[in-house]
Amino acid sequence: MKRLILFLTTAMLLAACVVQAPPPRTSEQPQPAAPRTLTIMTHDSFGASEDVIAEFEQANNAKVVILKSGDAGSTLNKAILSKDAPLADVLYGVDNTFLGRALTAGILEPYDSPALADIPDRFKLDPQNRMLPVDYGHVIINYDKAFLKDKGLAPPKSLRELTEPQWKGMLVVQNPATSSPGLAFLLATIAAFPEGSDYDWKRFWQDLRANDVYVSPDWSDAYYTQFSGSSGKGPRPLVVSYATSPAAEVFFSEGKLEEPPTGNLEGTAFEQIEFVGILKGTKNRDLAEKWVDFMLSKRFQEDIPMQMFVYPVAKTAAWPEVFVKFGQPPAQAFSLTPEQIDQGRERWIEEWTALVLK
Amino acid sequence: MKNAELRVEKPPFRNSQLSILDSALAAPALLFLALFFIWPLIEIARVSFTPSEISRGATPLSVLRDPTHLRVLGFSLWQATLSTALTLLAGIPIAFAFARYRFAGQRLWRALAVIPFVMPTVVVAAAFSALLGPRGALNAALQSALGLDQPPIQLLGTLPMILLAHVFYNVAVVIRLVGGFLSAFDPRIEEAAAGLGANRWQTFRYVSLPMALPSVGAAAALTFLFTFTSFGVVLILGGARFATLEVEIYRQTAQLLRLDIATSLAIVQMIVTLLVGWASARLEAKASAPLEARPTRDIRRPVVGPAARAFVAGSLAFIAIVLVLPLATLAGRSLNLEGGDPLRYYAALSENVRGSLFFVPPQLAIRNSLVFAAITAALAMLLGLPLGYAIAQGSRPDRGGSWFARLLDALVLLPLGTSAVTLGLGFLVAFDRPPLDLRTSVVLLPVAHTLIALPFVVRAILPAIRSFDPRLREAARGLGAGPLQALRHVDLPLLAPPFIAAMIFAFTVSLGEFGASLLIARPEYPTMPVVIYRFLGQPGALNYGQALAMSTLLMIVTAVSVMVIERVNERVVS
Repeated sequence: MKRLILFLTTAMLLAACVVQAPPPRTSEQPQPAAPRTLTIMTHDSFGASEDVIAEFEQANNAKVVILKSGDAGSTLNKAILSKDAPLADVLYGVDNTFLGRALTAGILEPYDSPALADIPDRFKLDPQNRMLPVDYGHVIINYDKAFLKDKGLAPPKSLRELTEPQWKGMLVVQNPATSSPGLAFLLATIAAFPEGSDYDWKRFWQDLRANDVYVSPDWSDAYYTQFSGSSGKGPRPLVVSYATSPAAEVFFSEGKLEEPPTGNLEGTAFEQIEFVGILKGTKNRDLAEKWVDFMLSKRFQEDIPMQMFVYPVAKTAAWPEVFVKFGQPPAQAFSLTPEQIDQGRERWIEEWTALVLK
Repeated sequence: MKNAELRVEKPPFRNSQLSILDSALAAPALLFLALFFIWPLIEIARVSFTPSEISRGATPLSVLRDPTHLRVLGFSLWQATLSTALTLLAGIPIAFAFARYRFAGQRLWRALAVIPFVMPTVVVAAAFSALLGPRGALNAALQSALGLDQPPIQLLGTLPMILLAHVFYNVAVVIRLVGGFLSAFDPRIEEAAAGLGANRWQTFRYVSLPMALPSVGAAAALTFLFTFTSFGVVLILGGARFATLEVEIYRQTAQLLRLDIATSLAIVQMIVTLLVGWASARLEAKASAPLEARPTRDIRRPVVGPAARAFVAGSLAFIAIVLVLPLATLAGRSLNLEGGDPLRYYAALSENVRGSLFFVPPQLAIRNSLVFAAITAALAMLLGLPLGYAIAQGSRPDRGGSWFARLLDALVLLPLGTSAVTLGLGFLVAFDRPPLDLRTSVVLLPVAHTLIALPFVVRAILPAIRSFDPRLREAARGLGAGPLQALRHVDLPLLAPPFIAAMIFAFTVSLGEFGASLLIARPEYPTMPVVIYRFLGQPGALNYGQALAMSTLLMIVTAVSVMVIERVNERVVS
């Protein structure tokens, strides 16, 4: 028994020691004054280069702590729930589908960053600059080139065409109630088939359902398990994904692929813009401003594509070659205003659920 | 022979003044639960039911008047009942095979059966799809053999698929708990029944099964709660048309931010959990009979004769086909077979080509996982063993049973039936001021894991403590042994198998837990499942390959850990 207790306590002490050890990221040379900590709350998909962050830390004598807080919706909810005692100084990763909720919750402080001068006006959706655009991307349908070629099918040219019999059982979408690209695609269809028109989005989804659309809970399952064009080799050749996915397929093939095995379907895109903002109640307002400026600077903006596979908003940022060649944004994309989305989101999700899943 | 006869000889228990000591034993666990479980739940309930933009007056009663939610509750109960029945059906014979027969590679087989427990659902879904999907191996084989145009097996997105996955995940709970319990007690009573003319079925039905009943009850309760609150399996393998309460709570929280509805549903889920806990606690306490302890030598029989051979072979075949085959499919896919280095994806795990801030070398992810699992196991055992002991002593039917012990017995399962999303938000609002601003603290990770592990530990050891014949200990005391000596030489060796099962589950609960929804903010200590999900979040062959390579490493780490835990514990005890 003694040995047992000894074993348990030793195991625990040992474990505790290891956890107390400094985090793996090595900090650079010792600073004269103790660095201040800047905390960024963001979603799980946030990515950045080590040296880019280190550059900011050195220039500002700061230590950047990244708090990954779940998917985009969960992250925003956590920021709202903790508004009386904020967890972080900066919130990054709210997109235009959640922008309205973020703004009405009153959790952000306005900041007119000088870096906004470099950014096209169409991305600036909050006139008060509580949320500043950082990057954008497109949720779009990817198709499996080889699969379609085998069947002698030409890629569909519009959303409407997906309801035709030759596409029966071929499309995978994500559930808008559990997935951010799923919600973006639902919004695309609402913009394409507006409420009140003869053929509205509900008719469209009824037809899609009749055409055996498959609903996945999240992007990973849809892309890797259900979609035929990825490494998972699933059964269906059309999937709701991102416009940069074909470029990523080439990049992550490590030279095995010279052409993407997948393509984007024009006329099915929805534009997602991601924002950054300073959280109300921060005690590091000056440092938080510096961080926002930094995210909009050329250095950070050019890091964005290969880390997060989205496009930088700054006009001055150069794109990596694989993006220029295979990751061009679609010519057109559907959009809705943040107000429209905020007013409709909950009802649309409920109606969609009743239509497609019940 | 009737099972009642097993309970005839209830010894009178002389010590009834133990209750203060019992309460003291339960105190650490109760404090832990009060601080990290009850308080966060009260806080989130307070926020959820205070009228605001995120709360519009829903209550546990009002959500139950909504037919949609009633349907979700009904489905949750229905599939959990079916899943539990099937898991018991598959698991009990295997548990007997392991407890009663001795054969080569037993330890490895037992370890293999635990692996599913830690596997992320997305990865498991990919494995099942590769085997059973429309373009899967089985359908391809059947199509070419029978000349069919359409794949004959359409399992994905159906209830049978959910049930199969639940058996896949939970059968180890039955194998371990029932098998561990059985191997602690003397099987010669079964031989005696056979000697009296009972055939195999009669022996099983009237002797072995009643003997194992307390542990079957514990395994059934745990399996039921795991499947009742199933999230990933229902969400991913069931397709979007099925929803459990847990799925609905996530939906209401993450996308709709209706905390009033989410918390109301979470309360409904907890009430069901309490009822299950209460029923199973009653069953287990009633079914417990003092049993002869196992002799210290190994009493497992060699596999002799066609019947025994078929029995053991059938058990192993089940593990091989239902559990190992899907996992092996994943391991196979982690190899790069399209030219170049077949271990390319494993090598890539150690390369940070894009210079990412979030790059984690595989050895670090493995270390983090093992460290958290070790802390969780230690914490859960240190809190859970005394708690289990106190409950067992306090709820003895022959002592009338204290109401408090019986209440604890039912309550102890509650963390398993509590929505992870709700509890995570509870942490967020409860721990937001000094001295307990733990919201971004790494401490919350093992704490959260321990909450889930605790019910396992208690339920794994309770049946054994209850069935343990106290006369043995009293005899030892009578012969002059001190209380610790009696514990060391009498209780402990007997409790070793359930004790090992408890520790293994506490360890693996942590190893496989993916804290995205549970935790407030991810600390800088990424574990193996976190790394797997990170790779699966981006497109491309390299990401997919690395996700599967890391999954394969997770399987190996799990199997090795489980075998090491068994070994070390057996050494320590003997």
